Amino acid sequence: MTGLIPHSWLNALGIAPWVWNPLSVSFHAAVEATIVVAVAGIALGYLLARTHFPGRGAIETVFSLPMALPPTVVGYYLLTQLGGPGPIRNAEVDLFGHPLTFTFTGIVVAQIVESFPYCLRFSRAAVAAVDPRFEQVARAMGMSRGRIALLVTLPLARRGLVAGVAMAFGRAIGDFGATSIVAGSVPMATTMPLALYNAVFYGTHGQAMVLALVQVGVALAILLGVSRLGKVRAW
Amino acid sequence: MSALEVAVTRKIGDFELDTSFTVDSGISVLFGPSGAGKSLTLSLIAGLIRPDTGTIVINGVVVTDCARREFVSTQERRVGMVFQDGLLLPHRSVLDNVALAVRQAGGRRARRDIARSWLELVGAAELAGRRPGSLSGGQRQRVALARSLAGEPAIVLMDEPLTALDSAVRREMRSLIRGVITSTGIAAVLVTHDLQEAEELADVVIDYADGRVLGQRTVTHPTRLEGPRESAAGSEEE
Repeated sequence: MTGLIPHSWLNALGIAPWVWNPLSVSFHAAVEATIVVAVAGIALGYLLARTHFPGRGAIETVFSLPMALPPTVVGYYLLTQLGGPGPIRNAEVDLFGHPLTFTFTGIVVAQIVESFPYCLRFSRAAVAAVDPRFEQVARAMGMSRGRIALLVTLPLARRGLVAGVAMAFGRAIGDFGATSIVAGSVPMATTMPLALYNAVFYGTHGQAMVLALVQVGVALAILLGVSRLGKVRAW
Repeated sequence: MSALEVAVTRKIGDFELDTSFTVDSGISVLFGPSGAGKSLTLSLIAGLIRPDTGTIVINGVVVTDCARREFVSTQERRVGMVFQDGLLLPHRSVLDNVALAVRQAGGRRARRDIARSWLELVGAAELAGRRPGSLSGGQRQRVALARSLAGEPAIVLMDEPLTALDSAVRREMRSLIRGVITSTGIAAVLVTHDLQEAEELADVVIDYADGRVLGQRTVTHPTRLEGPRESAAGSEEE
C-alpha cells in the first residue's frame, strides 16, 4: 500500500510512514469500496424510487440496517460469514485463493457494507425528488427507459447522488468497528482509525494526536465538499 | 380520418373521468375549470396512464383498446408534449434538448441539423447554444414547442403551455402556436382554463366539467393572427 508514492518523496515531504501507511490503506480501501457502493447504491436507489414491486420496503430496510446497527455487530456477522465454514468462505477461497478475513479485501468488504446505506438512501431520495414530468416528456420523445435514466433522471438528481457518494466515502474511510473485527490490525492493512486505536493502546499519544488530526482534516474536506455541492447553481 | 378519437373512462380515488370526443387536424382546446379532468385526458392520450375502459385512436391507429387489451407504449405513440414550465433538460443546450427528440435515423450531426430547422421554425435559432436556465419563460416555451414537434409526432399535447407567461408574451406565443400548427399540419390538443386563450387558439373547443364533456363547438376567427416568425425570440424579456 505504500507503493503509491516512493518513500524518498514521503521523507522529503516529512510524512512519517506511521501516518502515510494507514492513510494510504484507508484511502485505497475507501476508494475501492466507494466505487462498488456508488454503482450498486445509485442503481438500487433508482429502482426503489422509480419502480413498484413487492418487497420494495423490505429491501430498503435490509440494506439500510447497517446504519442502525452498532458497527461491531455488522463486523461480527461479516466475520462469521466471511471467516466461518460455509459456502461463502468456500466461494472466497475459490475466487481469491484465501478467506477475506484479516486481509485488505476484507477491509473493503466491511467498508462496502457499512457505507452502502448512505449512498442508497441519498440516491433514492435524489431520484424521487426529480419531477416525473421530465421523464414523461422523454417517453413521449421515444426514449427508452435506460436512456431516460442515464440522460434525464440521473443528471437531474446529480447533486443528491454526488452527496450520497461523498457521504458513503466518508463513512467508509472512517469505519472502525466493522473493519477492526473483520480485518483486525494486520501489518500493511491497518486503516487510520485502527492505527489511532493502536497508538492510544500503546501509549504513543503524540502519534495518536497526529492521526486524529489527519482524520479530522479528511472529514472536514468531505463535509466542505458536500456543503459546496449544496450551494452551487443548479446548472 | 379523424386526428384523434377518445372514448375512455378512468377512476382515480373519488374522481371519475368519463370522456368521449373526436377531433380533426388543427388545434382542439380542452377547456374547463381546474380538476375537470383535462390534464388526465392528456395523460391518457399520451399513454402515461391506462384507462379503465374504452379506446383511443390517433390518426387511425388504435393506441389503446381496453376490451382487446391493446396498449401502445408512450414511446411508440408518436405524441409530442408541452407542459406549463417547458421542462427542458437544464444540463443540455437548447439544441441538444431538441435534438434528443429527433427520431429520424442518422448521426448526431444530422439530428442536430434537423433540430436547428425546428428551432428556426419557432424563431429560436439564435438560442441553440444556450442553456435553458438562461432563457426567459417565453423562450423556454418556444424551445419546448420545437422539441415537441421535432419527433414529427402524430399529435401534440399541450398542458397549460402559456399559464406561466405574462400577457404580452402569451399573445406572442398564441400567434406562434397557431402559425406552427397550421404550417406543419400536425394536430394539437391544448388544455387551458383561460377562456380568451381557448377562443383565440382553438379550431374546436371541448368544454369539460367534473370529468365529463359538456359540449364541443367550432370556433371561427376572422381576425386571428398567424405566422410563426412574426416575433423573434430575442424580442422577449431576458
